[in-house]
Order: sequence, then C-alpha cells, then structure tokens
Amino acid sequence: MDLERFCATSRVVIVAGKGGVGKTTVTAALSVAAARAGMSVLIVEVEGKSGLAACFGRPPLEYADAELRPGVRARTLTPDDALVEYLEDHGLRRISRRLASSGALEVVATAVPGMKDILVLGKVKQLEKGGAADLILIDAPAAGHAVSFLLSAQGLLDAVRVGPIRKQAADVVELLTDPARCQVMLVTLPEETPVTELVETAFQIEDRAGVALGPVVVNGCVSTIAGLDGAVIPTPDATGDAALDATGDTLAAAARFRLDLELRQQEQCARLAHALPLPQVRLPFLFTADIGPSEIDVLADALAAGVDTLEPVTRP
Amino acid sequence: MTHPRVAGAAPASIASILRTRRVVVCCGTGGVGKTTTAAALAIQGARDGRRAVVVTIDPAKRLAQTLGLEHLSNTAHEIDRARWDVDATAVDGGHLHALMLDAESTFDDLVRQYAHDEEQASRILGNGFYRNIAGSLSGTQEYMAMEKLYELHATGDFDLIVVDTPPTRHALDFLDAPRRLTRLLDNRIFRLLMTPARAGFRVGTVAAQAFLRTIARVVGTEVIDDVLAFFRAFEGMEDGFRTRANEMLTLLGSDESAFVLVTSPRHDAVVEATYFADRLAEGSLAVEALVVNRVHPRYPGARPDVLRARAGELRAAGAAEEGAVPDDAVALAAQYENLADLEELAIREERELHGLEARIGTVAVAHVPELAHDVHDFDALRAVATHLV
Repeated sequence: MDLERFCATSRVVIVAGKGGVGKTTVTAALSVAAARAGMSVLIVEVEGKSGLAACFGRPPLEYADAELRPGVRARTLTPDDALVEYLEDHGLRRISRRLASSGALEVVATAVPGMKDILVLGKVKQLEKGGAADLILIDAPAAGHAVSFLLSAQGLLDAVRVGPIRKQAADVVELLTDPARCQVMLVTLPEETPVTELVETAFQIEDRAGVALGPVVVNGCVSTIAGLDGAVIPTPDATGDAALDATGDTLAAAARFRLDLELRQQEQCARLAHALPLPQVRLPFLFTADIGPSEIDVLADALAAGVDTLEPVTRP
Repeated sequence: MTHPRVAGAAPASIASILRTRRVVVCCGTGGVGKTTTAAALAIQGARDGRRAVVVTIDPAKRLAQTLGLEHLSNTAHEIDRARWDVDATAVDGGHLHALMLDAESTFDDLVRQYAHDEEQASRILGNGFYRNIAGSLSGTQEYMAMEKLYELHATGDFDLIVVDTPPTRHALDFLDAPRRLTRLLDNRIFRLLMTPARAGFRVGTVAAQAFLRTIARVVGTEVIDDVLAFFRAFEGMEDGFRTRANEMLTLLGSDESAFVLVTSPRHDAVVEATYFADRLAEGSLAVEALVVNRVHPRYPGARPDVLRARAGELRAAGAAEEGAVPDDAVALAAQYENLADLEELAIREERELHGLEARIGTVAVAHVPELAHDVHDFDALRAVATHLV
C-alpha cells in the first residue's frame, strides 16, 4: 500500500507510546512522509512540551499554527487552552479568565474527570470536521495516560447525564470509534519492557476505548551490515590498516555487540508479532547524530518504505 | 530551606549518600530506568547494613515480581535476606523492604487521620468528587508518593527510604503536587459560596450564585452538588493537610534528603534531565548524584571518519577487481563500518553528558553500561548497584 492510501485511511491519527520510545520523532517522520505524498498535515501537540519543533529545527510550538516545512503545520492544544476556548465558544468569555485565575477551573475539572481530555479531543473533532488538513496527527500523552485520554469520553458519558459537556463527549466517542475517521498508531522500541507494555496498551485501546489500531511502529531497529561477522578476527595489519589503530579484537568485539543487539531486537519484534497481530513498520536506529531535519527525512523514507510493504487494510 | 551542598565542597559519592542520608528521591523522565535504579540503590543500602525500603510507583511486571510486589500494597513488606544476599557477603543488620504505592488508599488513610470523627471521614470518603481526587486526579500519585515517604520517615522504622517518582512529563509535579492539591482543597471560591451561616446554609453572594449557576449549566447541577457536599464535609481539615504538605517539603529540603537524577544518554532524556535539574535548583533542592543508564562504551583510538573511509576503499578496491568483492575485504569493511557506528554513538552520548554534567555542577556521577538483558532479578540489580557505588 502506498503512503498516500495509508494516510487516507483516516483523517485523524493518534500517535501513542510509552515515554522515551520516540513518539515525537515518529510523528514528525509521518508528517514529512505524508507531506511528500502531497497531503496537508496538521500536528497537534497536547502536552505543551515536546521536541517536535526541534526535529524541524524550529522554535517551540504555540497555540497558533506554525508552518514547520511545506505541507506541515503544527500547534499546541493543551487542556487549559481547550477549556478557555470551549467556555468562550459557549458565551462564557466573561467568566473564563476568572475561572482560570481563581482556581475554580481546577475544581470543576476535578469534579468531572477526563473533562480536559474531552475538551482537547472535542477541539480535534472540530478541526477534523472543519477540514483543517488532509491529515491531523496527534502527538498523544505518554502510554498509561494515553489509555485514559482515549477512555475519557466514554467515562464522562457514564458520569454526566446532561449538559453541553455530555454532547461534546458523545461527539468525541463517535470520532474515536469510527475507523474511517480516526486510528491509533502505537510506537515502541524492540526491547522487552516497551514491547510488553505496548501489547497491554494495544488491547486496552481496542477493547475498552474501541479505537482502531493502525500498524505498530518499531523504532530504533539497528540495521544489518552485510558481511558483518563477529567470529572473524581480522588482522588489519595484513591489509595494511595498522594506521587505523583498531585491533582485530576490538573490531570483533564490536561486531559481536551489534550482532547480539540485532538478535535481541529481532526476538522482541517476533514476540510482538506473536502477541499482537498487527503489521509492523520498522524504523532504523540512527547512530550518527541528534534528531534534526535531515534525520527526520531519513526516517520518513524508512516509514514510507515500510508502509509500502503493508497489505491494504480491509475494514468490515 | 538551606542548600544542602556547600559550594566548592567535594561531592558526596553515591556510596556515602546511601550510608548517611535517610531519604533518597530518584527523579527523571519516563523510560530511563528510574525504578530499576531506585531498587538497586535500596539493595545496596541494605547490603551496607541499613534498614532500607524502596517505594516504587509503577514497576515493570518482572521487576515487581522480584520485589514481591504483585499487588499494590500500602505497607512495606520485608524481602527475605536470602534473596538479596545469596552469598552471605552483605554487612549484618541490613533489611530490605519494598512497597508499591497505592495512591488511592494512601489518600483515604490520610483523610481518616485528619477527620475529626468517623462520621466526617465517611462523608468525605463516600463523596464522588473526593473519589475523583483520590482516584484519578493528575498529581495525586505524586502527592501520595511524597506522603508515603513522609509517613515511612515518621515511623522511624527505616534508616534509608528510596523513592521512585511517577514518570511525569512535567518534571517536578511531585514537588508541586502537594501545594497544588492543598490549594484545591482550600479553594477560596467554594469556601465563599459556603460562607458559614450559623442558621443553616446561606449560599454566598449574589455574584457567587450566578457564577455557580453558570458552571452548573456546563457540567450539570449534580456535579456541583457533589463538589459543594465535599467542601462542606472537608471543612476544618484543610489546615492539617496544608501543614503536613509543608512539613513534607521541609523534609525534602533538609540535609536528611538527597535527590538522585536518573537519565539515559539519549538527547531527549538529557534535555529533560537538564530541565529537572534547573527546576530542582529553583526550589533550592540540589541534585547530589547523577545516574546515567545504558551508556555505550567508547573504543579508544577508533576514529569513525577514518574507519568509514577505509571501509569504502576496501569495498571499492574489491569491486574494481574481477568478479565479486573478496569475502575477507567485505568482512573487514563491515567491521570498520560497525566500529564507526558504535564509536560515533558513544561520542555523541559523551557530548550530551558533558553538557548535562557541566550544567549540574560537581555531583557524584555514575554510568551504568548498556546491559544485554532487562534488569529484573536480584543478580542483575546487584550488578547495576556495582556501577552505582
């Protein structure tokens, strides 16, 4: 399946995963891949603090859209922003600031758990309905919270019986549970604990929140070097390479280190495939540099290539 | 609050922190091995002869099993010495306890403790708004982790309490949480709405009533009724909570406590760690040790650019000859390429860490190498500990 078709599966893609797995990097790579395929992309950052803009070599995001590169815009949408906007939209501009400054907002948000998440998702729905972009990517909160983030609307429907907030929650549930409008892309690393946690998160998202899951992105897969063999102890002298100052033992040890790592990673990918029948897209580990625009380009290529090998999704 | 570290003084080693401090708080962003570090520190403390307890927040399943923490528990349980001292080499007198924080019931206990009577406690515990605070409000877990620490400290049963902190995105939620929550419990607006009236309830001013109606329009009146009922029930307890939160912060700022910043050498983790260190410093709390997990080794003498160039030459030379590139040239080129990759990674990590270490100043630093397997048994935890002290 080509990337364009993949991105057309649903307008909203929520990128989720445990902290430290590279969620933000994957979000950036996906946005670039989609923009190259000619789509307009809007990235929504919901925690108000991430390295997303830095991936593009740009200053931190703000509430107003900013173009990160042609075809890719991004903005923040924190719960507080969403709440103030919600109150203003509902003719409560006069009290929204006072609510915020008096601390009463915290009281109200606590009284209705998940309300902030719903306001954020409600705003996402509004962006989706308004056709803000061909593809809207949500850089979701870290793992455990991702599940409660997605469950918030369902929970609120159970707790609040009347009022506009309930309507908002119902709209959000409708968006989340429609695979033609929204899917979750889970990100993990090929390591034991992240894989275990990803599997748990996946089942919770599908079973409890009823949100469709797209392919899993396995980030940080060490690439294979053709001909690398840890058993061969080369003699650099014999090939005239003494000047390199790397002994045969060092080279062999380094080779074994990488081969071991590759093997462990493959085991984890296999374990993931076994536990979770979802297609995997693997992104390479980058040895060379910090994540900046050119690294994002490399990852976008890998992501597009990975998506190319996937079977088209058939929805019942 | 006094700054526990005297400027210019040599940093205390992690070993001496474990011997002399009563409270060690491990902080850092998610996914950097904070829980593992906390467990390894507590084990080391126990092996040094201290009565140690580790408070974990959300350990990975297999680590939790090792520590006997299959379920949340609000009381520390002791881990059999034979398990963490198989070879009987530890100093006598040490004990190791573990606990997995149950934030909700810790909060309930606190309410029971500060309620004037059984009746007040049960009115609060049964209130829907209170259940939201105890069960799901963000910040509660952080607050209760600190509360648990304070409580364990007050019992006098332990001489080393190692606390893991929740993997919050916003660095120091665990420091802000007690203040933020006591502020919530103490909310002025709602107190105003319930201005005490000897003769029944007289709901505040006209303005306050309008305000309340507006909120009710958005979230429904039942919710507001619940909130009002909570504040009515909670009345008089907020002073106790505030005092306790202040005492908690005083303990964290005292000489008895040390903060250990845990990170990995990855760029994003280092950025977060830097942010943590800055925020701790703003709160006059100094980081006294830095633990860097999963560090890759350097390969002395290896120069990535030279290695890559040579790998390219070997392949080109082979390709220029008749037929395929000879196997040994391929193998050597691959090994050069690989060494270049690994050395470049190690150099990058070192550069990241230099920046962080310079920012934090003179503190004890421990590097734990990238290990072949996840750490979840006592042998592996002890192996980690050897890199820490």
